[in-house]
Amino acid sequence: MFDLTTKARTLIRVRGLKMYFPIHAGIFRRHVGDVKAVDDVSFDIYEGETLGLVGESGCGKSTCGRAILRLYDITAGSIQIDGQEIGDLPQAKLRSLRPAMQMVFQDPQASLNPRLTVEGIIGEPLLEHTSMSRAERKARVHELMDAVGLNRSFSDRYPHEFSGGQRQRIGIARALALNPKFIVCDEPIAALDVSIQAQVVNLLEDLQKKFGLTYLFISHDLSMVRHIADRVAVMYLGKVVELAPEEALYSDPLHPYTRALLSAVPEPDPDLTIEDRIILKGDVPSPANPPAGCNFCTRCPAVMDICKREDPEFREVLPGRFVACHRYNEPDENENETAA
Amino acid sequence: MLNYTIRRLLFAIPVLLFISFIIFLILDLAPSDPTGNLPLTIPPEVREKIRQSLGLGEPMYWRYLMWCKQFFINEPLNIWDQWMGTCSFNCEDRLRVVSYVTRSPVVDLIVERLPQTLWVVGMSYVVGILIAIPIGVISAYRQYSWFDQAGTFVSMVGFSVPPFFSGVLVIVIFSVQLGWFPSIYDTTLKVVDWDTFVLQLKQMVLPVMVLALQTTAQISRFMRASMLDNLNMDYVRTARAKGMKERTVLLVHVLRNSLIPVVTVIALGVPSVFGGAIITEQVFKVNGIGQLLIIGIQGGDAPLVQTLTFIFAVLIVLANLIADILYGILDPRIRYD
Repeated sequence: MFDLTTKARTLIRVRGLKMYFPIHAGIFRRHVGDVKAVDDVSFDIYEGETLGLVGESGCGKSTCGRAILRLYDITAGSIQIDGQEIGDLPQAKLRSLRPAMQMVFQDPQASLNPRLTVEGIIGEPLLEHTSMSRAERKARVHELMDAVGLNRSFSDRYPHEFSGGQRQRIGIARALALNPKFIVCDEPIAALDVSIQAQVVNLLEDLQKKFGLTYLFISHDLSMVRHIADRVAVMYLGKVVELAPEEALYSDPLHPYTRALLSAVPEPDPDLTIEDRIILKGDVPSPANPPAGCNFCTRCPAVMDICKREDPEFREVLPGRFVACHRYNEPDENENETAA
Repeated sequence: MLNYTIRRLLFAIPVLLFISFIIFLILDLAPSDPTGNLPLTIPPEVREKIRQSLGLGEPMYWRYLMWCKQFFINEPLNIWDQWMGTCSFNCEDRLRVVSYVTRSPVVDLIVERLPQTLWVVGMSYVVGILIAIPIGVISAYRQYSWFDQAGTFVSMVGFSVPPFFSGVLVIVIFSVQLGWFPSIYDTTLKVVDWDTFVLQLKQMVLPVMVLALQTTAQISRFMRASMLDNLNMDYVRTARAKGMKERTVLLVHVLRNSLIPVVTVIALGVPSVFGGAIITEQVFKVNGIGQLLIIGIQGGDAPLVQTLTFIFAVLIVLANLIADILYGILDPRIRYD
C-alpha cells in the first residue's frame, strides 16, 4: 500500500483540464454552446498510488480519465506524465508515448475487437511498439495471460467465448503488455458480477504490487473505491469538489456533496439504519448550462449567498486535503485552522 | 459448417422444384403465342399445326414433367457425353430443351451468350466494388466533409438515374460528341493481338461505366454505413489507446469488421451478374443473357424463358447460401453447428 508519510514523486500532474464537447444546432449546425464535461480540473497522482475518482453518472469521471490519456483532444489545460507535457501534443506524437499510459475500459465485451483472437488482442501493441519476433511475442502474451490468471490454452479463442470476468482479464493483460507506468481503470468492475468484481479488484491490486503501477481508478462504487484507493477525488458536474486521503475522506468528509454521497452508501446491517441520511433534492443541472457560482449551489443543503455568485476555489484546507467550498475559505478562523 | 452446407443444399432441392413449377405456371398463364411473330399470311390451321408440333396440345402437367425430364436428366447427360465424347443411353433420341423460336437447344444458346455477359456485367461488378469500397471508407472516416457530400450526391445519381437514360447519355457524350468509344458492342471481335485487345477494352468502357455507376452507388452506401457503425465502437478506442497507427486502426480494426455485412451484400449481388443487365445490354447491343431473355419473352419462347429464369433461381439460392457461409467465416461469433 502507498504510504502518505513518505513524500512520493508526482507521476501525473493535471492542471486546469477542460474538456468541452461542442453543441451544434439549427439548419446550418451553428455552434451554440458546449457540454462542459470536465471543467477546470487540477490534481496530482503520485507514483505507486491509486487515486480513486468517484461521482454519480454523467459527472465527467470517464471523460476525465480519457482526457488525461489524450483519447480526446482536450479543450484546455496541461497534463504532465513523468514530467512530459502531453496536453498539447498532436495524436501522431502521442503514439510513441502510449506504452507508458494505458487504460482498462468499462465494457469488456465492446472494447475488444470481436474478430481478433486473444493472442491478437494482447499481442498487437507489441507488434506496433516493439521489434519482438513472432515467438517472443507469443511468449510475452502467454506470460501476460499467466499474470492475469488466464489459461494459456485460451490464446486462440475469440472474446465472445469468454465470460465477463475473463474478458476484463484480457483487457487488463492487454493494458499491461507494454509495461505501462500508469493505468486508468475506467469503471473496470461496473459490468461484472459482485463475486467477479472482488477477483478483478484483487488482481489489480496484486499487479500494482508486482509491477509498481499507478492507477487512476474511476468508479461509482464508493465501498470498492474505499478498498482500493489511497486517495479519493470526488467529482460533481465536471469539477473535482474534494480530494483527500481515503481514510480522512470517508471518516470526515468536508464538502457537503461528499457528505451526501457517503450518507447514501447502503448499510447492510438492518439494526444500524442511518437516521441522518442527507437526501439531495432536485436534479443535477445540465453540464451544458451549469449554474452561476458553485456548481453544487442548486442542491447544496448548506448553501450561502456567496455560493450563487462566486465559483469556490479548489484549495488545500488541511494538509493533503483539497476542497472547493466557500464554507472552508470565507471566515478568517478557518484560515488559522488551516495553518495550524 | 459442412453439415450445415449439406443440410441447406438438401433443403434447396424442394424449394427449387417448387420455384420451377411456379415459373412454369406463370409462363403458361401468359397469353403470349409462339406463332404470334409469324407472318400474317400463314392460315390459322397451319398455325394450329405448328402449335401442336411444339407440344402445346399436351396437358400442362405433362409439359412440365417433360421439361423437368429434359432439364434435370437429359441436359446433364448431354453435357457428360460432350465432355467425355461418349454416347450413353441412346444419345441420338435424347430430347433436349429446345427453343420454340430458334429450334436450337436452349443450353447451347446460353453457353453462346454467357461470355459476353460475364465480361461486361462481371467486369462492371468488379470495377464497381473496387471503386465503392474506398469511397465508402473515406466517406465514413471524413463524415460530412466535401468528399462525403460528393459521394452521397454521386450515389444518389447512381440510384435514381436509370440505365436507359445514363446509357444513352454516355453514348451521346463519349461516342457521338467526343468519338472516344464505340457505341455498339461488337461480339464478333476476336482478341488476337494488342490492337484487338485495345479495341475490346474500348468497346467495354461505356457499358461497364453505366453498370458500375449503379453498383458503386449501392455498395459505397453499405460500406459507409457499416464503417460508421464500427468507427464509434469501444474496441476502436481500445486500438487507439494501444497506440496503434491511425492506418492500422482504420484498416485492421474498423475496415475488417465493417466488411462483414458488405461482403454478404456483394455475394448476394453475384446472380445478377449472370442474369445480365437486360436494359444496358439492349442499349449497347451486347448480345448477352439479358438480351436473350428479352427476345425469349417477346417471342413467347416458353422453354427458353423457363430455363433461363430457373437458372437465375438456382444462382440466387446458391448466392444466399454462399453469403451465409461467408458470414460464418468472417465473423467468429457466428457458428452454424
